[in-house]
Amino acid sequence: MPTRKLIIDGQEIEADDNLTLLQACESTGAEIPRFCYHERLSVAGNCRMCLVEWVGAPKPQASCALQVRDIFPNKDGTPAKINTNSPIARKAREGVMEFLLINHPLDCPICDQGGECDLQDQAMGYGRAAFNRFHEQKRAVEEKYMGPLVKTVMTRCIQCTRCIRFATEVAGVPDLGATGRGEDMEITTYLEKAFASELSGNIVDLCPVGALTSKPYTFTARPWELRHTDSVDVMDAQGCAIRIDSRGPQVMRVLPRLNEDVNEEWIGDKTRHACDGLLRQRLDRPYIRKSGKLQPATWSEAFAAIAAKLATTVPEKMAAIVGDLAAAEEIKALKDLMAALGVKNIDCRQDGAKLGGARQSYLFNTTIAGVEAADAILIVGANPRWEAPVLNARIRKAWLASGVKIAGIGVTMDQTYPVTDLGAGTDMLEQIAAGTHAFAQILRDAKRPMLILGTSAISRADGAAILKLAAKIAADTGMIGPAGSAAEGGWNGFNVLHTAASRVAALDLGFVPGEAGRDVAAIVDGAQKGEIEFIYSLGADEFDVGHLGRAFVVYQGSHGDAGAHNADVILPGAAYTEKEGLYVNFEGRVQPAHRAVFPPGEAKEDWTILRALSDVLGKRLPYDTLDALRAALVADAPHFADHHELVPHGGASATDWAAVGAAGPLDTSRPLGSTMTDFYLTNPIARASATMAECSREFVAGSAKMAAE
Amino acid sequence: MSVRRLAPPELQPASFAFNAESEARVAKEIVKYPPGRQASAVISLLWIGQEQEGWVSHPMIEVVGKRLDMAFIRVLEVATFYTMFNLVPVGKFHLQVCTTPPCTLRNSDAVMEACKKHIGPSQMTPSADGMLSWTEVECLGACTNAPVFQVGRDFYEDLDAETTVKLIEAFRRGEKPKPGSQIGRVSSEAVTGPNTLTDPAIYSKKPETA
Repeated sequence: MPTRKLIIDGQEIEADDNLTLLQACESTGAEIPRFCYHERLSVAGNCRMCLVEWVGAPKPQASCALQVRDIFPNKDGTPAKINTNSPIARKAREGVMEFLLINHPLDCPICDQGGECDLQDQAMGYGRAAFNRFHEQKRAVEEKYMGPLVKTVMTRCIQCTRCIRFATEVAGVPDLGATGRGEDMEITTYLEKAFASELSGNIVDLCPVGALTSKPYTFTARPWELRHTDSVDVMDAQGCAIRIDSRGPQVMRVLPRLNEDVNEEWIGDKTRHACDGLLRQRLDRPYIRKSGKLQPATWSEAFAAIAAKLATTVPEKMAAIVGDLAAAEEIKALKDLMAALGVKNIDCRQDGAKLGGARQSYLFNTTIAGVEAADAILIVGANPRWEAPVLNARIRKAWLASGVKIAGIGVTMDQTYPVTDLGAGTDMLEQIAAGTHAFAQILRDAKRPMLILGTSAISRADGAAILKLAAKIAADTGMIGPAGSAAEGGWNGFNVLHTAASRVAALDLGFVPGEAGRDVAAIVDGAQKGEIEFIYSLGADEFDVGHLGRAFVVYQGSHGDAGAHNADVILPGAAYTEKEGLYVNFEGRVQPAHRAVFPPGEAKEDWTILRALSDVLGKRLPYDTLDALRAALVADAPHFADHHELVPHGGASATDWAAVGAAGPLDTSRPLGSTMTDFYLTNPIARASATMAECSREFVAGSAKMAAE
Repeated sequence: MSVRRLAPPELQPASFAFNAESEARVAKEIVKYPPGRQASAVISLLWIGQEQEGWVSHPMIEVVGKRLDMAFIRVLEVATFYTMFNLVPVGKFHLQVCTTPPCTLRNSDAVMEACKKHIGPSQMTPSADGMLSWTEVECLGACTNAPVFQVGRDFYEDLDAETTVKLIEAFRRGEKPKPGSQIGRVSSEAVTGPNTLTDPAIYSKKPETA
């Protein structure tokens, strides 16, 4: 890699030619202020805040837009001298800051960005104090509508164009632009439509001033009042790194945290804005159904009611279902309790996905960062844009960088990158598996081919057969290469795209029917026939909860959603922001969620509820502390000990790919496709959120209406 | 210059399509750029559309965007950036009156007053019969023939109040008066007639071979 010598602030360094001068300066520890420059966006070079002095050059240089390879040495052959804090550089920055502040309103006291504003901070650090030569009227700009999540105060805009570049490059939804020019330049969406991206909230983080702020968070809190808790997201199965900002008992907002392996620094709108759902529809005390109506009760009454029912029920007539938001701890506790009771009818696959068995057969093996190395991708029955929006941005990044060939079976929505549409028929999958389709050749020719299998495709009646075909494609086209992670030169292109945060952990712990046990569909069926009399639902709301016959249903969860409405006993649990819990994302990455606030009312952390219940039932679980429970988890599945790390895959030979799925007839009449009908309303927390309801009206119902017209 | 927005919806036509003549020009413009770079033709296409319709409408922006495979906002950015694009309907003859200092010194105010009196008091507003409209523009680059206004592709030069009114009346009748100097100058020679290089011989004599 070619390098050249530079003398930055008197310190001689050897800088990589591919760096920008700004990056080279930062590598020496120099601090370069900036507004328009952002590591993950293209270079615009229009704010001029990063000016530095190149000794000998006629003018200060915008360091973000100057590449190291373009800096030539002095005439006498000595390395070029760059000063980041000389009088010339300081004066240049002060001048730029003065220009930026000419039209910037002095409304910091009523601005939501106040306290975490780049312009505020940099005006303090790099501006001149109490200095104003501009006595004319300031510019005023009309507000723009950008949808239910982004509030605009366009007079504050300094035209850094970060939001435009994010929309065009990362989100792939080129709705934002700058109209007019000069002093009249304005940032706007086309015809002031809402910014129709699942990642729209990120432009609020990117905005260095208070022009774009979060609409639901408007005037609710100041940054210095908030307590920060690093945690992990459960709105989809990607496990994005988040920071929960809370004040007192309330989660005020959710922001992304940097995690290069998972979400870079983006999060989806559901992750960011569903947090108002944590305040609504909460179950804050136990309930017992008496003469048809749910009545408030105490914990001991609720446990007694459960114990009374269990005393008269045989284990064959009991069942337990794990919902989509449960952490590994309570799944483990529930599994142990059910094992103690002798119950085999346990399942975590509310959607009926035919998954389980070898760990590699239900993971996203390529890993999220690994997607960038792929050179051919086949998406089957998934809608990544809705099912994992941040992963979708990564696929788009791969496509932008390498033009990776992407084809889809049953991919209907615009994914923000071109997807060759192979139709939605199961016959297409058979053709590719048989190697007769043209795309099978592309997969075979590719060095790092990928298959992304949506859980919708394997939740159908013929799901096991589809899973088998997918595994056959993976094995036949050389998707599963040598052992090791992508970074170590290994490759595994077989990927299942989960949508439920709890799913991988539950599969890791084997929360699937035991021998002769019933799965979710069979449990529902049995309940209707009277063969199942007791169902323990750990926050399960996404299966057919309305048709459980006369079965006695215990619902343990955080929200009064469909599952709770049909319950006989409700045990109030904690949401993901209110408990310590381990979540395993679809890559198989174990990540801890941390408690930011306490559960409301009498609600308790979920594993403690199960522990207390086990005591009442006389089947006391052998762990009294979270640490003891986690030790038990690690004993079951050792990878739970390694937080944030992935277990390297063992290569093609480690898994018997021929045994994945089951042969069977395909349902040719039913097209493949994602069954997610509304990105914004996929779980009880999101369904309780007013913000998500508004987004659903604006983006999903609205576009459905437009399509119908 | 002020904030440039699309015309209000009540002024927008229901649709736009390039006519046959424009289509031929559009095809010529697009092939100038390599495949995948056809968006480079956006200014040309908007200009062809404006020459056809007189102004750039909302449907035109979307037609151009679809033709060049561009996001509509990218076309809108270009249309609002360049003041040469009229974003509201204008008269059949749109007088762009230069008012930068050389023209102002040569009394372009009188030309503007004539426009205000004989076309309408406000800029970018078609007269009642739809034939005329006027606007102030920045330097047209014909300072030696100041004051000037531009109509379509033609410059009308060396104007005063009187000639302006005459020209306006001719436009109103649908005529196309002779462009160029209105006081009989051929190009930019002195108003009093040429006073250097006047010997006709220098134009007829063959250059001597050195």
